Amino acid sequence: MDLSYSPEYEVFRQDVRAFAREYGARAPRSFGFNEESRAWQRLLIEHGYAARTIPKQYGGFGGTADILKSRILAEEFIAAGLPMGMANQGISMLVPTLLELGTEEQKQRWIGPTLRGEVIWCQGYSEPGAGSDLASLSTRAVEDGDDFVINGQKIWTSTAAQADMIFCLVRTEPDKPKHEGISYLLFSMKTPGIEVRPLVTMTGRAEFNEVFFTDVRVPKKDIVGGRGQGWLVANATLKHERGMLGDPNQAGTRFKALVDMMMTEEVDGRRLMDHPVYRDRLLKLQARVMAMEYHGLRLLTASLKGEDPGIARLIVKLMGCELNHQLAGFANDILGELGILYGHSPHLRAGGAWQTSFMFDLGLIIGGGTAQIQKNIIAERGLGMPREPKVAS
Amino acid sequence: MEFGLTSDQTMMQESIDRTLARVAPLERVRKSVDEPFARDVFDALVGLGLPGILIPEAFGGLGLSLLDAALAAEMLGKHVAPVPFVASAVMAPLALTGAGTDAQKKTWLPKLARGEAIAGVAVSEHASGAREKAQVTARNGKLGGKSLFVLDFNGSDIFIVADKFGDLHLVDARAKGLKKTLLTTIDATRAIGELNFDNVEAEPLTGGNGPATLERMIDAGRIILSADTLGAGERMIEKAVAYAKDRKQFGRVIASFQAVKHLCAEMAAELEPCRSLIWYAAYGFDAQPDQSRRLAAHAKAHLSEIGPFVARTATEVHGGMGFTDLLGLHYWFKRIGFNRQNLGSPERARNDAAIAQGWVGN
Repeated sequence: MDLSYSPEYEVFRQDVRAFAREYGARAPRSFGFNEESRAWQRLLIEHGYAARTIPKQYGGFGGTADILKSRILAEEFIAAGLPMGMANQGISMLVPTLLELGTEEQKQRWIGPTLRGEVIWCQGYSEPGAGSDLASLSTRAVEDGDDFVINGQKIWTSTAAQADMIFCLVRTEPDKPKHEGISYLLFSMKTPGIEVRPLVTMTGRAEFNEVFFTDVRVPKKDIVGGRGQGWLVANATLKHERGMLGDPNQAGTRFKALVDMMMTEEVDGRRLMDHPVYRDRLLKLQARVMAMEYHGLRLLTASLKGEDPGIARLIVKLMGCELNHQLAGFANDILGELGILYGHSPHLRAGGAWQTSFMFDLGLIIGGGTAQIQKNIIAERGLGMPREPKVAS
Repeated sequence: MEFGLTSDQTMMQESIDRTLARVAPLERVRKSVDEPFARDVFDALVGLGLPGILIPEAFGGLGLSLLDAALAAEMLGKHVAPVPFVASAVMAPLALTGAGTDAQKKTWLPKLARGEAIAGVAVSEHASGAREKAQVTARNGKLGGKSLFVLDFNGSDIFIVADKFGDLHLVDARAKGLKKTLLTTIDATRAIGELNFDNVEAEPLTGGNGPATLERMIDAGRIILSADTLGAGERMIEKAVAYAKDRKQFGRVIASFQAVKHLCAEMAAELEPCRSLIWYAAYGFDAQPDQSRRLAAHAKAHLSEIGPFVARTATEVHGGMGFTDLLGLHYWFKRIGFNRQNLGSPERARNDAAIAQGWVGN
């Protein structure tokens, strides 16, 4: 047990701080799909603060994987209030997948522009009839000369409206067992026959879309991992997504904001912190935030040693998403009636972010493998309990 | 940067685990109800140096850290071991090393380390608040009043007693005017009692700051009880999963029903981060002493919430059998319940954590 950093890492920390002082002013005011953000992303890649481990020939920094440096980087960027590198689905999910399973041509063509934010991707996985049972998806791709012709529908597609490209699961072998008939295709969202309809959620915003495909003709060669291999490729991608959801750093940031609120908000002229019932609930949540933070340290140590942390890893999505939801719910509670204000209402606190988070977090509890699917995974892979017997069909 | 156990620590834990599996199976634990404590189990742990785990090597102990003691406590909880530990091997040695005189250290630490003496600790009024108007007064080297919920009560040769100001005293268990009353609790594996003082001769611990040492003792005790709950909870999950894989209803093992699997997954998901919290709190006790009040209070409060959740859920997974004495699952259930109330119930511990962070006045 030793929570100090060796001199090599302290030097790295000083480098990051120097970078923050020198270039901090160039950070984009609104981090998103704009040139200012792309310029920031290029600057980060150049310094090895984004795309650190992606080989140079594909547009990355070409450094070795170093989890401690990633952690220091995150700590220092958060402390300086600077946005980290882009973390869209193309960068977080497609790039690792291509590196693992893509052809040389696919790597050369897509990784660089994706890293630099020049090509935006969306993910075409879920369908109205294929959620937790994703492998039952029915969007069809029928071979026609050098092309596939696609018909069907995807749902829960974030950033579909802004996306240039989609990585999409389609059924190419309808006669094979469901897991063996799927292919992983890359194609342009500008292809004729694609219609994107915003999907407004309970937050009142369209965080997702529905995407409809009608006789969409795309080149056959842009398949990753070969025909019928899509399920294996997708699982490689989902592995990256589950690591993304349930980030414990977010809980720590939220908790700090809650403490500030308890110290400054008043009811009947008394600080919220001086109300024993609220305080007790705050402290209960603090123990959970601490436990998940230290749990993160434990997982970090396991990765540094190249060990599989087993069940300790399997619980992160379930517990992390739930904790974030509870933190937001607590903020609403202690605000009393102020907690139900929304939109642009007078007296609104934190721009309505607590209610938005409370609702959006419920989406995260469901998305990326529902809480119930997570519990099945924990029980089956973590505790060795048997699967539910298959219903004869 | 490394947040994990050394191979020495893992080996020590495994060796305690194996020893207890051998000398303290449930049948042995059941018999201890009629004994002050299980002397043979204790002797086996003496062989591993456990009573002296925190005692400096100069006094014949192992001189290890609180994290090591917590890893040991986890195994004691796992096997519901009916032996003294939290007071005799943790809190009393900390009292003596922190505030004892050289003579007191020389007299008692080697004996405690060798398991030749047992020390009880009377600090409940400071950790949990006074019930039944309990308090201890000290005047001219004599103690008056009473203290409740004295830990590692049975077989004790000495008691470390905190008076109402938090100053510490060493009392011989055979001292004149000392009345000892064993209290019956839900947990048959640990002994807790009441001390009444009628002008009892006592040696003050004058080798250090009493109240500051008392805080350290309580922090350490809280971490140890949390680790004990962690071990007991782990064993309950193991038992629940094993039972569910064996028990058949509706023509299949009940472990294949999602309703049962989800209960088991929830237990594991809640308990696993507790391990990290305890490791950090125990490590912090030595490495970040200015944080130890907050860390220990949180470990104690959180394990006192999660432990009972695991205890009831594991019992439910066992169905009717979980409720019987025959299966003996209740030994773990009650051990966890004992840990929850002692040295500060969760609400009390959380308030201590709030005070430690300056969020609210004392």
